[in-house]
Amino acid sequence: MLPSSWPMLSLIVWLPIIAGIFVMWFGAGRARFARWFALASSVVVFLLSLALLPGFDTHTYAMQFVERVAWIPQFGIHYHLGVDGISLPLLILTTFTTVIVIVSAWEVIQEKAHQYLAAFLIMEGMMNGTFAALDAIVFYFFFEGMLIPMFVIIGIWGGPRRVYATIKFFLYTFLGSVFMLIALIYMYFKGGSFSILHMQQLPLTLTEQVLIFLAFFIAFAVKIPMWPVHTWLPDAHVEAPTGGSVILAAIMLKIGGYGFLRFSLPITPDASALLDSMIIAFSLIAIVYIGFVALVQSDMKKLVAYSSISHMGFVTLGMFVIFMIAANPLNVSGSGVRLALEGAMVQMISHGLISAAMFLSIGVLYDRLHSREISAYGGVVNTMPWFAAMVVVFAMANVGLPGTSGFVGEFMVILASFKANFWIALLAALTLIIGASYTLWMVKRVIFGDVQNEGVAKLKDVNKREAWMLGSLVVLIILVGIWPNPLLDLMHATIEHLAQQALTSKL
Amino acid sequence: MPNLTSLNLMPVLPEIILAGMACLILLIDPFMPRHGRNVSYALSLLTLVVLFIVTLMQMSPTVRMSFGGMVVNDPMSDIMKLASYISLAAVLIMSRGYLRDRGMDKGEYYMLAMFGLLGMMILISANHLLLIYLGLELMSLSMYALTAFKRDDGRASEAAMKYFILGALASGLLLYGMSLLYGVTGGQLMLTDIASALSHDSSSLALKAAVVLIVVGAIFKLGVAPFHMWLPDVYEGAPTAVTLYLSTAPKLAALAMVIRLLVDGMGSAFADWQPVLIVAVVLSLAIGNIVAIAQTSFKRMLTYSTISHVGFVMLGILSGTDVGYSAALFYTLAYIVMTTGGFGMILLLAKQGYEAESLDDLRGLNDRSPTMAFVFLLLMFSMAGIPFTLGFWAKLAVLQAVVGIGMWWLAVYAVVMSVIGAFYYLRAVKFVYFGAPTDQSPVNPDWNVRGVLALSGLLVLVLGIFPGALVGLASRAFGGF
Repeated sequence: MLPSSWPMLSLIVWLPIIAGIFVMWFGAGRARFARWFALASSVVVFLLSLALLPGFDTHTYAMQFVERVAWIPQFGIHYHLGVDGISLPLLILTTFTTVIVIVSAWEVIQEKAHQYLAAFLIMEGMMNGTFAALDAIVFYFFFEGMLIPMFVIIGIWGGPRRVYATIKFFLYTFLGSVFMLIALIYMYFKGGSFSILHMQQLPLTLTEQVLIFLAFFIAFAVKIPMWPVHTWLPDAHVEAPTGGSVILAAIMLKIGGYGFLRFSLPITPDASALLDSMIIAFSLIAIVYIGFVALVQSDMKKLVAYSSISHMGFVTLGMFVIFMIAANPLNVSGSGVRLALEGAMVQMISHGLISAAMFLSIGVLYDRLHSREISAYGGVVNTMPWFAAMVVVFAMANVGLPGTSGFVGEFMVILASFKANFWIALLAALTLIIGASYTLWMVKRVIFGDVQNEGVAKLKDVNKREAWMLGSLVVLIILVGIWPNPLLDLMHATIEHLAQQALTSKL
Repeated sequence: MPNLTSLNLMPVLPEIILAGMACLILLIDPFMPRHGRNVSYALSLLTLVVLFIVTLMQMSPTVRMSFGGMVVNDPMSDIMKLASYISLAAVLIMSRGYLRDRGMDKGEYYMLAMFGLLGMMILISANHLLLIYLGLELMSLSMYALTAFKRDDGRASEAAMKYFILGALASGLLLYGMSLLYGVTGGQLMLTDIASALSHDSSSLALKAAVVLIVVGAIFKLGVAPFHMWLPDVYEGAPTAVTLYLSTAPKLAALAMVIRLLVDGMGSAFADWQPVLIVAVVLSLAIGNIVAIAQTSFKRMLTYSTISHVGFVMLGILSGTDVGYSAALFYTLAYIVMTTGGFGMILLLAKQGYEAESLDDLRGLNDRSPTMAFVFLLLMFSMAGIPFTLGFWAKLAVLQAVVGIGMWWLAVYAVVMSVIGAFYYLRAVKFVYFGAPTDQSPVNPDWNVRGVLALSGLLVLVLGIFPGALVGLASRAFGGF
């Protein structure tokens, strides 16, 4: 047990960044050292984040492990960190995913391996900082800073159209977030503090709320990404190296969802209630229309990218359907609201695991045949039986089969939607069919059938490293699928409080 | 008129030392051996060190008037002077190898640089219209001459000519504005007297004309649009070592002039000059960020980036609060750090007989020198205003000042423009990181250039994470904490 006086969150945020700079500096020409050092530091950070769990009190919504010192007193900015039931699971997901990503790069990345690993370590620190930040400017600092390593990762180690993809990614997300900065500064002058918790209590008129909501909306909708501002994602995913895709899908998209929970719902509840139908409509379009778009993809990575957008539609649906549930006179107990929010949270965690697993699987195939085209494969099960078995688990989770993590979140959101409106629930439930179609059809074409060509015939099954990497994800996906209670307990008190904040008018 | 024996010369001791040393350099340089200007170089650096120490010792949080109120020393002037010394020292150190390789390592360079600095210091401390004009001209004339320093180069001569003509025009406008102001205030030349005269009456048409003319003259040197036309040609045409000089310390002096004239002198005419500055800012941000996209020359791109940066600086000024002024100073200090690195990169990549001014010359720098490439990345992201770099805090400071006076729409405009601007910084990073080098030779091994570049990169990163010290300094310049 670590002493409680340690600044645990600061360690989790800054250790990876320092380790990353160290690797960048001393890893040149020493790829072996760089790999082991990066792995060791990411494992240490993962263990540190796990060490938060025993000391975490699940009975309170209050922020825990809080650190607060003045950072730039002239600007009223405090270095203020803390975690609650929403951020802690995402924080652990981040530290876990980084370990996996570093393992996945082991022999695959040969060119400038130290810079690659350094970029991921630095990014890990920034993502952790985003989840742990309780000061709005600290949040923005990490939220925006994250773009730098990702820009470099896609640009150096990406595919043929990487430059286009990475600049598009950068400008899209940058444009989205600058409006949020103005909104944050505005609220600073209104309330006299950059503390997020303080902003949540700040009284705002409806006009102010709507403008601030829209500023947040642009920032987070681009990040999540929500239809119609999703177009950067397929490009970025297709061109990014495997590790980049994994981090993008597993963590960066979640930051958009986290932003909605941390900023939009509590700070602008009335505007959220006013504009909820817009977001619900966008979410349903993402779920249904983007699902169909995924169906016709011939590139595996692009297919999974579209599937991500579709699944993130559930997250936004769960977050904003709560106003309709609360307004529904047939539903007095209010448990539907909590169900929807918890469903959205579980969906985020689950999608983090599943999308990581899918992209890693595609990476495993890509390393062998250097193609992401579905048509380049066929009958992989004959030469890679272990790999095929794990891919089928991931595919089933992506479809939302009971017993996998994918089921829990989607089911909770659909169930909650029924309490709002039958038709919304029906449209959302369509994903069970559409998702099954595109996922299973891809699995059928890639994994099953006869061996299609010589390339597939020469495939070797997963090695020990890949087996560990994918195997751990299989375990987690099934674990969350059959026993989600520990995860739900973790976030219960916070979600309760959040629901109350979101449904209490500030006017 | 105070008699000479009772005159206290201490407040202008740094200026006196500098003038003496500049003359000394001028005198002894012809007697030095033909090759290498080691003595002039060493003397110049020594002068800067001495000036730094003297100014540091004289520093105090109070406002000190001297020479019957003509010279003012306050925290702002102390901080600006100290920053100018450091900036000039960095410029001299970096330029050394470049000048030597091109046969331009002449004593005049150091002499002109020193006299230019003297002009800046006078400008920074001036509390009198004529003193402002004196400082401005001393600084500008040195800069014109430096621009034409490569005598046989047509481009440089053209640049110097443009600079001189437009600069003279701006000086003329400034003088005309000053004479109107002199009339409006009933014959006042001292800025403090002007301020008290204007506080009674600040609505005449003549005053408005004076305000416009003075603003034009004052922002010309900063390169704020629509008075930016000279900037790209001059910066591109001048030898890079001179561009480095032009783009750093003089901006501080120009900022000082703007603050002295507009804030200290015509503070009560705020309502008259604020709209003028708003127009200038809107234009600067648009021109600086949009036109830069079309550039293929890295040097020219950085020039347009300068136009956009000074637009941000003006954003702080037009807020009309102490917070805004200190944000403008903070931004300018950050700009100097970034720009020293930016133009320094051109010095780094230049080779004997070859100026590496195009974006293509940056290609594959990461393969040739990872450290310098990383410094480059930091500088570019800092100019774009991305967190973890100094540039982010600079932008945040001015945005905070602008939102603080309720002009959030102007802040929105500024950030949209900075997103557009981010494109060309990203493109530059693209060349460095994502391109294969066309030239495999190792980059310039000159440790002077590398050292200063590494230092600027380090500053951008360290101050990007711990900006408190610099923010505090800029805030203290305007009586903050």
